[in-house]
Amino acid sequence: MSLLTILYSALFYLATGVFVIGLGLKIRSYARTPAPLKIPTTPAPTTMAGVRWRMAREVVFFESLFKSSKWTWIFGWTFHMALLLVVLRHLRYFQEPVWLPVVLVQPFGTYAGFAMVACLGGLWARRWLVDRVRYISTPSDHLMLALLLAIGLTGLGMRFVAHTDIVAVKIFILGLMRLDWQSLPADPVLLVHLALVALLMIIFPISKLLHAPGLFFSPTRNQADNAREVRHVSAWAAALDKRP
Amino acid sequence: MATAAFETPKLKSYPVIPLVQVGSMSHLKPFVASAPIQKALGFPETLVEDWQAKAIAKMGELLGKYRSLQVYMDACVHCGACSDKCHYFLGTGDPKNMPVARQDLMRKVYRRYFTFAGKYFPKLVGAVDLTREVLDEWYSYFNQCSECRRCSVFCPYGIDTAEVTMAAREIMDSIGMGQKYSNEIIGKVHRIGNNLGIPGPALENTLEGLEEDTKDETGLDIKFPLDVKGAEVLLITPSADFFSEPHVESLIGYAKVFHAAGISWTLSSHASEAGNFGMFIGNYEQMRNISMRVREAALELGVKRIVVGECGHAWRVAYSFWNTLIGPFDYLDPRYPVPQHICEVTDDLIQRGALQFDKEANDSRIITFHDSCNVARASRMGSMPGGQFVIPRRIITSVANHFHDMAPQTIHESTFCCGGGGGLLTDDLMELRVKGALPRMEALKHVVDDHGVNFMATICAICKAQFTKVLPYYGFNMGMVGGVHQLVSKAIRLGDK
Repeated sequence: MSLLTILYSALFYLATGVFVIGLGLKIRSYARTPAPLKIPTTPAPTTMAGVRWRMAREVVFFESLFKSSKWTWIFGWTFHMALLLVVLRHLRYFQEPVWLPVVLVQPFGTYAGFAMVACLGGLWARRWLVDRVRYISTPSDHLMLALLLAIGLTGLGMRFVAHTDIVAVKIFILGLMRLDWQSLPADPVLLVHLALVALLMIIFPISKLLHAPGLFFSPTRNQADNAREVRHVSAWAAALDKRP
Repeated sequence: MATAAFETPKLKSYPVIPLVQVGSMSHLKPFVASAPIQKALGFPETLVEDWQAKAIAKMGELLGKYRSLQVYMDACVHCGACSDKCHYFLGTGDPKNMPVARQDLMRKVYRRYFTFAGKYFPKLVGAVDLTREVLDEWYSYFNQCSECRRCSVFCPYGIDTAEVTMAAREIMDSIGMGQKYSNEIIGKVHRIGNNLGIPGPALENTLEGLEEDTKDETGLDIKFPLDVKGAEVLLITPSADFFSEPHVESLIGYAKVFHAAGISWTLSSHASEAGNFGMFIGNYEQMRNISMRVREAALELGVKRIVVGECGHAWRVAYSFWNTLIGPFDYLDPRYPVPQHICEVTDDLIQRGALQFDKEANDSRIITFHDSCNVARASRMGSMPGGQFVIPRRIITSVANHFHDMAPQTIHESTFCCGGGGGLLTDDLMELRVKGALPRMEALKHVVDDHGVNFMATICAICKAQFTKVLPYYGFNMGMVGGVHQLVSKAIRLGDK
């Protein structure tokens, strides 16, 4: 087995470990931190069923962003939906046999790759063209876009410009999953693509990518507006009631 | 007191997002609380020796106590959706008054001390040490946020800058850098029972005066009861209602509603304040202690219901927090929600046909309604989401003939703060208050020009005080602002008519 294969196998185990454990720890800390007061941004649903519907609208349609800024919504929402299709398309590398939905999504995933790259371009343009957004942008904000853009471009490159041996790639990935290691083709574009994906997984739990789990734990969005009907008390606040 | 000269912004015919003007408000900060003021609240009297370590430790404590703070420190992606939503940014152009940049004042310190990326790659993620310069910026800009939550409506993750501002003020209080205005007022509540520092006998005297005035006006014995045991309703109202104009007109309105409906009610000299500045400084225990006076008064007087007068943040604390802070309310009449807003009481009576009005009495007024931020975005009225928008307007249109709403993007949950909320209603911040009122003043100008509006009704003591002061800067008459129950008071039929 080549050094390259060993290196990339190790990298992907590490990246998966950091991603799963890091994200798990973050989610646990969010779940364990109490929300002592009822702070839903109103008007808010009065029932938990209503809250689930509000959250679904935020997750699926980016409802609040739509209200705030149409340009950011167009680029941001389209990017995320395109990314979803692209990820679904990539599931075929992890399955044998491939699920029917993943087969069906293949052609859409290809076009989504272009949409993803275009929208990342739009989001990056905002960071330069809108003076308010330029002011708040940090180097990491730019690098995050560069990283995603590079992943998208190398992916499209392999699909449309210089094909890589995807059969061998699939054998490599299935090997990783089954602990039956197979060699990785030494295509430079592929190596860059995979290294950047691993990097993205590694920085996920220590970066602003935490907006993904964060949304579900945001008290202004996930609380029901029922403060008068249901008494809400967290553990540390209840302790105050016991004090003389 | 002297404030530096500043220019009142021009009212434009349509809203314009200003270009970023770095540092345009960095000179402005409120007076720091003096040693006796701090001491009275149990805070360090002056900036403590090891303030940096203490501040970081406090931040760590708050991150563990408030999920909102923990999630909001992590989740922001700098998308800029909030960047043009804050009235203080729109009025000043100072980029640190953009919600995201205000949060970043804390986020960059959070990253430095609490995250891997900030500890090892500070430049990359914009993390900085908590230096004296950073602390001074905190003091300046976390006292330029009115905790109105407009940003949280538009944030894709619901990040609420108010939560961050409250945490920052809590941290600063804990190291001896309190804000004079808020902390002095909280001290008065603990000592005397209300924000204005009106002692019981003076309050009694004032209420007697109001009874006489109302008798002169109506010829009827309309009571303003104080500390009456066994009354059905305990009314908790902002102390400004006792002394300030136009606030007192609404207090007279509440009294007339109770009189006309035959509901026995009382005020309390022990809990003579609806406002709760403990929320403004983000201090749970202060907020709880202030609220506790209401529980004590309700039990002492043996009332059946608690009703809250016209006050924005007070209604937030009462509606959203009282059940948590001073509940359960199992000793009150379960047929009524606890607490109830005075507008809910009046609206319910109107819907049941229990009140009659001469709407023509308000015909000299062409009315608009300013949704107060904390009522709009942090509470509710009635049983339906959004009842806080419907009910006050339904009252107004029941008691007056001429009503026009302001532009849709400036009302309901998109309403603009008056510019004086969140503990900023102090003369040392007058420049901020005037500039922060700009978006509301522009929306008002439209209905004034298009519909001849000459009265802006609102249900918040701070809004009333702020607009009375700020309207003249923009060429409006200060008498244009008043309460919803001021309109009720004018039109309500009393006695056996």
